[in-house]
Amino acid sequence: MVAVTAFERADPAPEAAAAATQPVAQAPSRRRGPQLLIGLALPVALAIGWELTVRVGLAEGRLMPPPSRIFTTLYDLAVTGELWVHVGATLARVGSGFTLGVIGGTLVGALAGASRLSREILDPSLQGLRSVPSIAWVPLFILWLGIFEQSKIALIAVGCFFPIYLGVLGAIQSVDRKTVEVGRIFRLSTPQLVRRILLPAILPAYVVSLRQGLGLGWMFVVAAEFMGASEGLGYLLVDGQQLGKPAQIISAILAFAILGKLSDGLLKAATAPFLTWQDAFAPKQ
Amino acid sequence: MLVVESAEKIYPNGTRAIAGLSLEVAEGEIVAVVGGSGCGKSTLLRLVAGLDQPTRGRVRLDGETITKPHPLVGLVFQEPRLLAWLTVEQNVGFGLANRARVERQRVVSEVLERVGLDGRGHCWPRELSGGQAQRVAIARALAPHPKVLLLDEPFSAVDAFTRASLHEHLLDLWSAFRPTLVLVTHDVEEAAFLADRVLVMEPNPGRIAAQIDVDLARPRDRYGNEIEQMKRRILWALDRSLRDRSYGEHLAPAAAI
Repeated sequence: MVAVTAFERADPAPEAAAAATQPVAQAPSRRRGPQLLIGLALPVALAIGWELTVRVGLAEGRLMPPPSRIFTTLYDLAVTGELWVHVGATLARVGSGFTLGVIGGTLVGALAGASRLSREILDPSLQGLRSVPSIAWVPLFILWLGIFEQSKIALIAVGCFFPIYLGVLGAIQSVDRKTVEVGRIFRLSTPQLVRRILLPAILPAYVVSLRQGLGLGWMFVVAAEFMGASEGLGYLLVDGQQLGKPAQIISAILAFAILGKLSDGLLKAATAPFLTWQDAFAPKQ
Repeated sequence: MLVVESAEKIYPNGTRAIAGLSLEVAEGEIVAVVGGSGCGKSTLLRLVAGLDQPTRGRVRLDGETITKPHPLVGLVFQEPRLLAWLTVEQNVGFGLANRARVERQRVVSEVLERVGLDGRGHCWPRELSGGQAQRVAIARALAPHPKVLLLDEPFSAVDAFTRASLHEHLLDLWSAFRPTLVLVTHDVEEAAFLADRVLVMEPNPGRIAAQIDVDLARPRDRYGNEIEQMKRRILWALDRSLRDRSYGEHLAPAAAI
């Protein structure tokens, strides 16, 4: 819940900027409040319903603990500091894996987009590798890099790499020839063409691919932590399963939801100032 | 003076877009190029703009052969082609990156005022109407004060009312900066209203079929008899150039039989 409100609060900034220049478009933002409430109605009703069912003794809530028990577990994990150790470990893995994936995907994507020859050399192999389910690399990474951090980070980096590579390559290839011609008419040198036309033109698609990559990063960190970790939210999941603590599992799932949404919101908010020009960023409905 | 010397352009796919095309345009002259589709109008413009190289012949501006886009030649495309991530101001100043900031701002606001868009400098291109966007595109091409401004059917995508007002804006800019204008159009009225001289082109391969001098004083009355007469003359020349072609096309297979 905390994350949802924090995210929604971070969101209106770019919209307010757009609305300032486009007064007509204000109507949808007025609808946000009720919309949010409607969206919350179902989960809140289910939570209250289940809580009451367990409270009046209609169900035991052993396999599916009621919300109060989940929040108690989450609270206990937080005050003992245990939660933050796990969150920190997971964040560090996602952070470093994502960073590596971004660097690799961006560089290789730019190389393949920039020259036809390198695309013809690189792309078929990468497309082939892409069709390998990333989890299939796990045994190899463990053999190569050991069971500790490196193999986990490598897995996350591979997961992030492909959407970003594809996003960058696709974005470069879809830059309009007509826009490039404007640069030619004004006699831009190649570096100027890249800086003044190509980079801004591919930025929106790049941001989308970053967000996709980050989403996959969160997926793969769970897989990575399943394969043997002593800390991390994925460890909390496995631990909860082995010790029969469903409240702990759901707490970890909630933490994943919150962190995933928060990190995506941060990425979106951080890139929004560069994309105010975009039609899609104006509130529309 | 802008000179095209027996230019020929054969595209890699073998299409002979223009052949043996020669043309002289005096400084400050407004020349309209009309012709059916596929007669090489746009090719001619691309050669003069330096976007393409002629296969034979050459294009010269004041004696200098044009082989690549030239700082003194501006081009307005059929679509505005504004850069969506730059404000109106930044778009207009796009070709002035090497000038000092103050100088650039002065030129930009001067040109924007000329096209009646002062005060809209901070807008994004998406916030403009089609006619406004095309005015920004013209302002962008004119901001570096080119000697030659090429226009490739720049008003074909706007409604008739907007087109008439864009004509006024263009003539106003022309009288302020006196660039040489080469305007490709398929609108005969536009040619008659704007140009000092109308070139009628014919296809396969593209070349000049007729030249019509429009020696009418400005300001011209768009709906006056003189323009109407001129339109008829241009249409007649256009018609004849196309009919000659279709005779040829009609006769060729018959001869083969």
